[in-house]
Order: sequence, then structure tokens, then C-alpha cells
Amino acid sequence: MKSTEDEMPIVVLLVEDSPGDVRLTQEAFRDSGKPVSLHLAADGIEAMAFLRQEGTYANAPRPDLILLDLNMPRMDGREVLALIKKDPSLKIIPTIILTTSEAEADIMISYQLQANCYLRKPAHWDAFDNLVRSINAFWLARAKLPQQRQVV
Amino acid sequence: MRTVLLIEDSPGDVRLTLEAFREADKSIDLRVVADGVEAMTFLKREGVHADAPRPDFILLDLNLPKMDGREVLAHIKEDEDLKTIPTVILTTSDAEADILTSYQLQANCYLSKPVQLEEFEGLVKSINDFWLTKVKLPQQTHGGRT
Repeated sequence: MKSTEDEMPIVVLLVEDSPGDVRLTQEAFRDSGKPVSLHLAADGIEAMAFLRQEGTYANAPRPDLILLDLNMPRMDGREVLALIKKDPSLKIIPTIILTTSEAEADIMISYQLQANCYLRKPAHWDAFDNLVRSINAFWLARAKLPQQRQVV
Repeated sequence: MRTVLLIEDSPGDVRLTLEAFREADKSIDLRVVADGVEAMTFLKREGVHADAPRPDFILLDLNLPKMDGREVLAHIKEDEDLKTIPTVILTTSDAEADILTSYQLQANCYLSKPVQLEEFEGLVKSINDFWLTKVKLPQQTHGGRT
């Protein structure tokens, strides 16, 4: 069990509507050299369908970690976060807010809704790359994530 | 200045954490309480802790005397005022059940204490680099401290 577990990629769901930010995040994860399986959802509706394995996402894997943007079309990140943290099965998945917003109100509401942490997207590529690396280093290497292999 | 509340009963681990934070960032105001009952007194500013600052960040051990970390975590995350303080579990336990329970109770993150001294220092440094540097913590303008 232990040996296969070490090789199994960590499943990350990135919920992000900006193609540029998706691209940067993908590249930063690829550069980190860790076995990460990165999945994308472009808005909140798609994210919830993925997490609930509905429709075209019937075979979607359960993420080990979620990166969630706040401002998105159709259903925004605040609503997605509230749905995740109200769901007894989904609430244990660490959910990190990754957004351009630096508004105090957004930070506060995210922690009220029990976001695991709040990170602001830096404007420059180097800093963005650096931030994704530190998400990697902290959440994928240091933090203990709940085992979710048995939940199918 | 960031205020960190360390809830830890092992004097050795308190010492290591203090030293590692001091090395990482001297401006951190690290407060220590040794059990769950005292932690809640501190957070609710009761009795001897009437003038306690509101922490920006909490490091919580699970196995504590009087009131254990699971109970402290449940109290923090059920309290409308306290629930916004990021609370990270730092414990020797590696048990799946403890990890799962902690995330169910909405711990912000779960870390297990390494046994080697250098690794322990490395972990505290990474907590400082990530949680106290990269992460945006909620502003806590209420409470009379700036």
C-alpha cells in the first residue's frame, strides 16, 4: 500500500476562468517535478459537477486539493466554497483560495466560509511561479492530506 | 507584528518551536499555553488572560491535558468570532483517523511533528514562510490592537 501510494499522483482541481492563469499554474506545477494530476474547471457550475461526478464528470477523480478562484462566471468561488464546506464528504478536501482580489471583505468571507487558506495571485510571472511552488512545497510535501483512496 | 498562539504541553516542543520562530522572524509575538482549558481562556480573554491579544494564527497540538486539541478545534470552529483564525494542527500523531477528524472539524491544515531536530526546525520555518508570509490572514482590527 505504502509504495504504490508514494507513486500515485496527487489530484489537484484548479477552478479558474482565466486561460492565462490556467496556463501559468499548469507550467508552474509541471516545473515543480512532483507527480501532480491537474484537472481544470472553468467556472463554479463545472467545479461542482466535477466534485459531484455528474454528467461528463461521472468518472472524475476525487481531488486531494482544490485551488479556487473567487471571481468566475455562472457560479462564483464564494458560492462554490460554501457548497464544498457544507458537504460532509467534500468539506475535508483542503480548499485554497487563489485570486487577484486583495479586498479585506473577500479575505474575511473566505475564512468565514472555512477556506483552508487565502492566497493572492501576484501580477508578475516570477512571483506567480514562486507562489505555485510554495503551494506545492507546503501542501503537497509538508501537509498531511486526508486519505481519499477508499472513497469511490 | 503577528501574534501566534502555540497550544502545546511538551516543554521540549515548546522550546524547539520558540527557537525556530525566533530564528525565522524575530518580530513574531509567540504566546504559549499548555492545555486546552487555558487555550480557551486565552482565546476568550478570561481571567488571567483578560488582556490577551487576539492571535493571527494558531498552532494546536492534539493530545493535551484537561481538554484535548480536537475539542479546542471544535470550539474554535463553532465560534463565529474565532473561526476565522487559521488553526493548524501540529502533532506527533500520524493516525489517519486524527487527520480525517481534524479536517472534518475544519482545521486549516494538518502537520505531523518530525522526530529529528533539524526537520522540526525546517517545518517551523516552512510554517513561517507559508502561513505568516505568503498567506493573506484576515485583518483583525477589532480588539483594540493595531
